[in-house]
Amino acid sequence: MSANIEEILTQALQELAKASDLNQLEQVRVLYLGKKGAFTQQMKQLGKLEPEQRREAGQIINTAKNTFQAQLDASKEAMQNAALAERLASEAIDVTLPGRGQSVAGLHPVTVTLRRIEKIFASVGFQAVEGPEIEDDYHNFEALNIPAHHPARAMHDTFYFDAHTVLRTHTSPVQIRVMESEKPPLKVIAPGRVYRCDSDITHTPMFHQVEGFLVDTDVSFVDLKGVVYEFLSRFFEKDIQVRFRPSYFPFTEPSAEVDIECVMCDGKGCRVCGQTGWLEVMGCGMIHPEVFNSVGINSDEFTGFAFGMGVERLAMLRYGINDLRLFFENDLKFLEQFN
Amino acid sequence: MQISEAWLRELVNPPVTTEQLVEQLTMAGLEVDSVSPAAAKFSGVVVAEVLSVELHPNADKLKVCSVNVGGEEPLQIVCGASNVRQGLKIPAALVGAELPGDFKIKKSKLRGELSLGMLCSTKELGLAEDADGLMELLADAPVGKDIREYLALNDSIIELDLTPNRADCLSVEGVAREVAVLNEMDWSVAMTDSVATSHQDTKNVTVTSVDDCPRYLGRVIKNVNPNIETPLWMQERLRRAGLRSLGPLVDVTNYVLLEMGQPLHAFDADKLQGTISIRPGKADEKLDLLNDQVIELDEDVLVIADDNQPLALAGVMGGSVTAVSDTTQNIFLECAYFAPESIAGKARRFGLHTDSSHRFERGVDPTLQHRAIERATQLIVEISGGSAGPVTEVTTEASLPPRSPVTLRRQRIEKILGVTLLDEQVIAIFQRLGMSVNEISEGWEITPPGFRFDIAIEADLIEEIGRIYGYNNLPTRSLLMRSELGKATEAELSIDSAKNLFVAKGYQEAITYSFVDEEIQQIIAPDDVPISLKNPISADMSVMRTTLWCGLLKAAQYNVNRQQTRVRFFENGLRFINQDGKIKQHKALAGLVLGQINEDQWGEKTRQVDFFDLKSDIESLVALTGNKVTFVADKHPALHPGQSAKIITADNTELGWMGMLHPTIEKQLGFDQSVFLFELDQDLILQKNIPAFSALSKFPSVRRDLALIVKEDVSVGAIQNCITSCSINIIQDIVFFDVYRGQGVDDGFKSIALGLILQDDKQTLTDAGIDAIVSKVLDKLSNQLSAKLRD
Repeated sequence: MSANIEEILTQALQELAKASDLNQLEQVRVLYLGKKGAFTQQMKQLGKLEPEQRREAGQIINTAKNTFQAQLDASKEAMQNAALAERLASEAIDVTLPGRGQSVAGLHPVTVTLRRIEKIFASVGFQAVEGPEIEDDYHNFEALNIPAHHPARAMHDTFYFDAHTVLRTHTSPVQIRVMESEKPPLKVIAPGRVYRCDSDITHTPMFHQVEGFLVDTDVSFVDLKGVVYEFLSRFFEKDIQVRFRPSYFPFTEPSAEVDIECVMCDGKGCRVCGQTGWLEVMGCGMIHPEVFNSVGINSDEFTGFAFGMGVERLAMLRYGINDLRLFFENDLKFLEQFN
Repeated sequence: MQISEAWLRELVNPPVTTEQLVEQLTMAGLEVDSVSPAAAKFSGVVVAEVLSVELHPNADKLKVCSVNVGGEEPLQIVCGASNVRQGLKIPAALVGAELPGDFKIKKSKLRGELSLGMLCSTKELGLAEDADGLMELLADAPVGKDIREYLALNDSIIELDLTPNRADCLSVEGVAREVAVLNEMDWSVAMTDSVATSHQDTKNVTVTSVDDCPRYLGRVIKNVNPNIETPLWMQERLRRAGLRSLGPLVDVTNYVLLEMGQPLHAFDADKLQGTISIRPGKADEKLDLLNDQVIELDEDVLVIADDNQPLALAGVMGGSVTAVSDTTQNIFLECAYFAPESIAGKARRFGLHTDSSHRFERGVDPTLQHRAIERATQLIVEISGGSAGPVTEVTTEASLPPRSPVTLRRQRIEKILGVTLLDEQVIAIFQRLGMSVNEISEGWEITPPGFRFDIAIEADLIEEIGRIYGYNNLPTRSLLMRSELGKATEAELSIDSAKNLFVAKGYQEAITYSFVDEEIQQIIAPDDVPISLKNPISADMSVMRTTLWCGLLKAAQYNVNRQQTRVRFFENGLRFINQDGKIKQHKALAGLVLGQINEDQWGEKTRQVDFFDLKSDIESLVALTGNKVTFVADKHPALHPGQSAKIITADNTELGWMGMLHPTIEKQLGFDQSVFLFELDQDLILQKNIPAFSALSKFPSVRRDLALIVKEDVSVGAIQNCITSCSINIIQDIVFFDVYRGQGVDDGFKSIALGLILQDDKQTLTDAGIDAIVSKVLDKLSNQLSAKLRD
């Protein structure tokens, strides 16, 4: 009996070894472990034996069967592994080939700069407000304390449509529009396009400004200094030297020009800063009582500050751009540098 | 304004270097634009005297001179100037001298004659752009002295960029006054004694417009010599201020203007008839100005006139008829105070800007006229000779600008500047500024001096405190702000998100000018009447864009001309519409694509971008907002009539346009491939629906595909509308997946393949139920569109 099992096992293992794929393995399995398989047949014959023989014979058959099963599993796994390895090998690619599909483009450097400016001010609750670009004389000049024939009008080379309609020369009219419609406290920045009738290497007839202002009951020049200093440090991402120079804007008083230490030469003096070590980056001041008057805000109760900066100028300093006109030529070779 | 540092230091000389002085001025609000040397670099030039002049034996135009340069022996120098003559004092460059422009003087022979140096003109010394002959020095010039020393050329020219409020600093005296304040020094103007009068001739003066001309002074000076050379020192000071010498009479008026800030004018007295009147112009009058411009007058301008005619545009420019000339013998010297409001805008109206108008419209010290006319008279008599008559004065005290006290409340200083100052500090600042201070309970009453036109309200005084205290000496405070929580508006997609989407889809953001070429504007939008600028900077920037396409097409052209074969741009900004005479400013979002859909890529055939690529990008944007929009075939003057669509919202509002640039325009603009464009109303497209949840169906969905044969002119949109109009809720979606023409489909027909996605939220759909729905749909398609199922 046991000799027979051994024979069957030997034969079964031989056939397993001969099987070269999963199909043949399955055939061998059926041949030995299937309903009519050799081991199954042997198990069926156990019933004919005496009970005490039955136990011993059963054990022998089971051992042989398990040996076969183990070998079968091992062969199967080996074959699966080989098949997988073959597939993986055949599917290998050159991963250094470029990817396919639409390429990504980018934002204009003015937008990139505007977003950074807005983000810095939004973080303390300044709300961004837009206004019309074709503006009336009242909002662009009169309400900002620049009456007709005021010499300060010569500082703005204005584009006219008719005697009362202009292309806004600054984003300050947004200040008036907001204060006309909303009550203090106010914390607003006004980004946008502005226009001056001037075109040469350092001027384009259109450029972008961000005007900012804050009106509350207890705001003073030292707060303005703090906000301007912090903004410039955040914008240039370094602790930058800042100085405030007395200046004149009809809509602020006291008024100041803000200089930063030249970011190109760290204040040592270079071509960009005209050897002075300083760069003029923005104008600012305390909102003029006449401006408050024109929008019906009590200047004894409220004070406020306002500041304005040129976006292209800041972008030029930040990225080292040397020609203002590049911003509006829209040369892809220029624009793609900021993607 | 530019001034000589040496002149300034003659009035006030603080112990600081040029660099420190410039820094002081800039930080006090008188911004220094530049500091440049008064003369170009040169050396080895001395005062010399021509001892003798002989003709050159071998050259007609050259002369051989013997020149005393202060050495033991005279030197022989060959010279070609026509004005060289015996006894003349001139600058001589000696052998070894270096002149501007790296020009070295060497011992040389000119046509065989030895020349040991060069006699110089002002041009050769870099003192003038042009020169006519040698520079003639005064007869008492010390021979042998270095010319730089003699002419005080080691000086700096300081150029100030003054803000309009600081008219008080538009003179050397004004700047000196400021420098004295900054350095806490004393200074005082050199008082000029009244010039002794030696005749009694006067001109009658009447002032009609007393508010425009509160003070007018005039005097006759007889027997002047207008042809005397202006002394070198004055010429040099004028030159360093950027003015040319124009004869002694004009030079003196310019000199006093620079010195004191008071404009003056000299008329040829013999050309004046009768009474001098200061009055408004008349509508039929014309005036020939000094610059040869003829202007037409009206009541709006103030003129100086005599009995016959207007003589000068008051405070701006004199007339040519009565101007001083080589033959002038007697002059009438005018020194007036004109009110800023009367002069403001008048020069600009006639395209003029003069040193005089610049000062009068900003404000001239109304107390200055007596001193200025005496100073000018003194200089004229000194230089040109002549005798002065008495001053005729017409002053209307009531019309002079009042200098009323301005109240400064103590607490406002801290409120505005954010710093507390001691009373003594405040008082000291104003006293240094020449203001009178009167203490009152809440603060002070401060009266500014006549020259400070900019001090009228409390804020002006606070600014002065800040300025003199020093902005940079004020502390810096981190602002504590009242804050409320920010908004998170959901009914609107942010423009940033929309921009980011286009960037991700390969569109580069462009920013183009808002004003465009009228011609392109006309081609792109012939039906729009654009808004024109009155004073455009150039013809190609003369009208406001009614569509962003003008600028985008120009930007695309620019890049195509630079070997770019694939351009994808988007821009957002305002477009400007003239709607029945009213200006409308609409936000728009627009884009342009041309070239391949993708960059070249391996393993895939590339193709040119088409209508549906662009449409897909717009649909992606719409998908972000959750809105439903419809693309309707429609014609647009800029677009290909068969490839253009109007985009409308669910409630039928026009949202924008998209399509292929019309081939005619494509050719006209010089493109050699198809260009696709879109433009959307930004506010409308960004409106967003706040999502409302609907329950999910528990039952499986089924897809049924249909192939329909329809006539060519039946659009997919029509099929979609037809199916939608069946109002069958169970139809969840319709997918169009093929359009086929050719074998098996008759000419003039096409086959449209679509899939119906069906799902019920109450039950699993049965075959019978599905068939019923499909047949209902087919009936409707057959009835409305004559659609048939493809066999």
